[in-house]
Amino acid sequence: MKGNNYDVIIIGGGITGAGTARDCAMRGLRTLLVERYDFTSGATGRNHGLLHSGARYAVTDRESATECIQENMILRKIAAHCVEETGGLFITLPEDDLSYQALFASACKAAGIDAEIIDPKEAISLEKSVNPSIIGAVRVPDGAVDPFRLTTANVVDARGFGAEVLTYTEVVGFIRDGERVVGVELRDNITKTRSRKYAGIVINAGGIWGHRIAAMAGATVNMFPAKGALLIFGHRVNNMVINRCRKPSDADILVPGDTISLIGTTSSRIPYDEIDYMSVTPEEVEILMREGRKLAPSLGTTRVLRAYAGVRPLVASDNDPSGRSISRGIVCLDHEKRDGIPGFITITGGKLMTYRLMAEQATDLACRKLGVRKSCETASTPLPGSEKKAKKKEAKRVFSMPGLGGKAAVGRHGGRNGRIDNSDRNGASLVCECEEVSVGEVKYALQELDTRNLINLRRRTRVGMGTCQGELCACRAAGLMANGCTAKALEDLAVFMNERWKGMQPVAWGETLSEAQFTSWIYEGVCGLSRFKEKKGGM
Amino acid sequence: MEYNTSENNFEQCMKCTVCTVYCPMLAVNPDFPGPKQAGPDGERYRLKDPSFYDEALKYCLNCKRCEISCPSNVKIGDIIQKARLDYSAIKPGLREFALSHTDLIGTAASVIGPVVNDVLKLGAVQYAMDTMMGVDRRRTFPEYSRERFTLWFRRNARAAQEKYSRFVTYFHGCYANYNYPKLAQDFVKILNALGYGVHLMEKEKCCGVALISNGFRKDAIRGAKKNLKSIREAVAKSEPVLATSSTCTFTIRDEYPHLLGLDNSDIRGSVMMATRFIFNLIDSGKAVLVFRNDYRHRIAYHTPCHLEKLGWSIYSTSLLKMIPGVDFVMLDSQCCGIAGTFGFKKENYQYSQKIGEGLFRQISEAEPDMVATDCETCKWQIEMSTGFKVENPISILADALDVEATIEANAALGTEAADK
Repeated sequence: MKGNNYDVIIIGGGITGAGTARDCAMRGLRTLLVERYDFTSGATGRNHGLLHSGARYAVTDRESATECIQENMILRKIAAHCVEETGGLFITLPEDDLSYQALFASACKAAGIDAEIIDPKEAISLEKSVNPSIIGAVRVPDGAVDPFRLTTANVVDARGFGAEVLTYTEVVGFIRDGERVVGVELRDNITKTRSRKYAGIVINAGGIWGHRIAAMAGATVNMFPAKGALLIFGHRVNNMVINRCRKPSDADILVPGDTISLIGTTSSRIPYDEIDYMSVTPEEVEILMREGRKLAPSLGTTRVLRAYAGVRPLVASDNDPSGRSISRGIVCLDHEKRDGIPGFITITGGKLMTYRLMAEQATDLACRKLGVRKSCETASTPLPGSEKKAKKKEAKRVFSMPGLGGKAAVGRHGGRNGRIDNSDRNGASLVCECEEVSVGEVKYALQELDTRNLINLRRRTRVGMGTCQGELCACRAAGLMANGCTAKALEDLAVFMNERWKGMQPVAWGETLSEAQFTSWIYEGVCGLSRFKEKKGGM
Repeated sequence: MEYNTSENNFEQCMKCTVCTVYCPMLAVNPDFPGPKQAGPDGERYRLKDPSFYDEALKYCLNCKRCEISCPSNVKIGDIIQKARLDYSAIKPGLREFALSHTDLIGTAASVIGPVVNDVLKLGAVQYAMDTMMGVDRRRTFPEYSRERFTLWFRRNARAAQEKYSRFVTYFHGCYANYNYPKLAQDFVKILNALGYGVHLMEKEKCCGVALISNGFRKDAIRGAKKNLKSIREAVAKSEPVLATSSTCTFTIRDEYPHLLGLDNSDIRGSVMMATRFIFNLIDSGKAVLVFRNDYRHRIAYHTPCHLEKLGWSIYSTSLLKMIPGVDFVMLDSQCCGIAGTFGFKKENYQYSQKIGEGLFRQISEAEPDMVATDCETCKWQIEMSTGFKVENPISILADALDVEATIEANAALGTEAADK
């Protein structure tokens, strides 16, 4: 059975699974990470990308707030190339209760969050886009974190420590020895072939889908699907995170992320069987636009690129219909103790911000069960690309060169940017003009970052994430990936363009509508792409 | 739910990329990112972090041909020029100062005019300017005039203007003042023949185009404010402000508000090319031009980029076509390559000449007696690169004009109008 035996198999290629794979591999465990589609195709790729200071939870959930600020400080160090240290504001509008501010500030202090009440005028001078009618402002150490980069970096590092990683590979059953879970039955979702892999411990890091995975093993983990919708604006409207200083509510966080800004979120309970079919409703768009303009009035006259929704992987623990009063706390389940299923662990709850801590807890438990005594080092070891010297050197090298493409890529790959070959004119030429992704960068993603299709490529590089939403770059990238205009490339292109349109459709007015129309002329009118029916599973 | 379009002009870009096809620089210089990349695309990155500013934006000629081609009305050229002013880390040097402070240099040079002309032709001086300042030695300099136009006007023409009852104000610009007063004199000759007296502005400063493109924003704003003040005074007297240089006109009308942030909406409509004013007079039957019968020339017309942007070459060409003896050739509208002070710089010379190649070839093949164009720097470039003589349409009209007959005809028109 050589090649099929591992110490640990981790299910789920979101940030939690990737982080757990890294931690396990760093501790010397023979590790396999399996993901049914692509990395970050679930909730990891559908959130704010907010580097929480924890301030948001300070009043309602002290434990989460403390976890957040601790992990916040760790991520700044270990994931420097995925983080933007923007700082954040909690603003009080005339319609809000200013007395909440004092409660908020003291709760932050108690949680260890450096929150400073500042003059509203100072806030306006710090962040030009903020609503000028604010009556109060608190400055907090919020920031932005790119979940795609963070996940990629964890996967790259896990591999570096010997982990094996399989994408488009779904767990379709558990292999049992009595009650004990001893392995998983896998299906390759592209070739449809099946295989079996064995391990001492199987860790369920499936997020909201973990409910189904647990059920497959005979355990009950009731997940609470709370949908959150967000809007992406066409450029950086704000340079600091802007929050409302009140009890967490709809559309009260505006986050700058790379070239864009994000407003979110709504929160609504959805039936579990809808989690794979998220779409944003006109009502949600209305709420996001209305509330967003209160944070930064210029959002009302800024182009909206797209809308998307994710599902919070909360563990149901009470009957709150909104899903907000539930703790964002980490839930690490030892199914041996809880359900009498040895060899099976579920790590869930938590949030993007606390992924590393979740990974640490799950890995600690796995190590205990496997009898491995090695302590966690993920809090102090920088992720690939974030090594201080390498990142600085790379930035210095690239920013001294003329042209734009290479500069944007440093932000995406940090110190690993040097692996991108932009040395000749062909390598340096741009595939994606809005986000400045070069041919060299696409090739790097294809060779080193598990890129099988255009949607994968988007998550690794930002191809198609810019203003044109794939209008110019998608066909170039498809051609580059397939080495020509093959049937497979056209099919991939059709899936990609449909996925882009899905996000544009809820906000299809003004320039976004014009652009979508123009895109459809090109791809349908000129290229005849509608011949290719969309296949299910554009992940 | 009411949602309007974006107020951010750069977000109106549909990425159709047609602007890159019309960019003269991109065609000859692969180091230039092109209008789309340098303009709306780059703007997103510069908003994220100013360190994304790319110094290759210095290659933008500010010809605005990208803006003309844009179906979404994105002010691409403005976005690029504004980024240069806002973000460029390259500080303008002595060369930039000397090339752009036209009033200062022009005043000094015209005092000692002929000497400067001779000195500038000395090989040693050209060599020194080339190696020490980076002004290309192959470039021919416009000659400075012994007597500035303003001086001539004061001495010879100002008093005579007062016999007219209708007036226009003339923005002569630096070139007509310091280098080629004949153009300004031709303007006065035509307007007088049409029955209009000519006033000069209370205080005319250089329009500032060279200051803007060389990074002297403060100096440009200072001059622009003085010009706007004088223009407002003229407009208050109901006098249109006419110019014979397309770039001066374009700068005052469009670059003042777009790049310098100066509101000119109250006077913008009153500032125009002289050819537009004259054509409209004739077209509406308010004036006539009578031409000599012995004027016979084959004339090829070149459209300056900024006149193309104004959309006004039709006025100049229509007037030229009215001259009975003119064999008119319309050249393709394309950039001549000089772009004001751009082509004087050593490192840009090769691009300038390469951009202009097509135009130069077309002119040579057309074999005209002369070339007509409304821009002085186009004139320098074409004369230097083709050897053909270049004249402003106003000068051609003045040369072809039968002054006495025109005065008579317009006087008769005036009486007719009075009779009605």
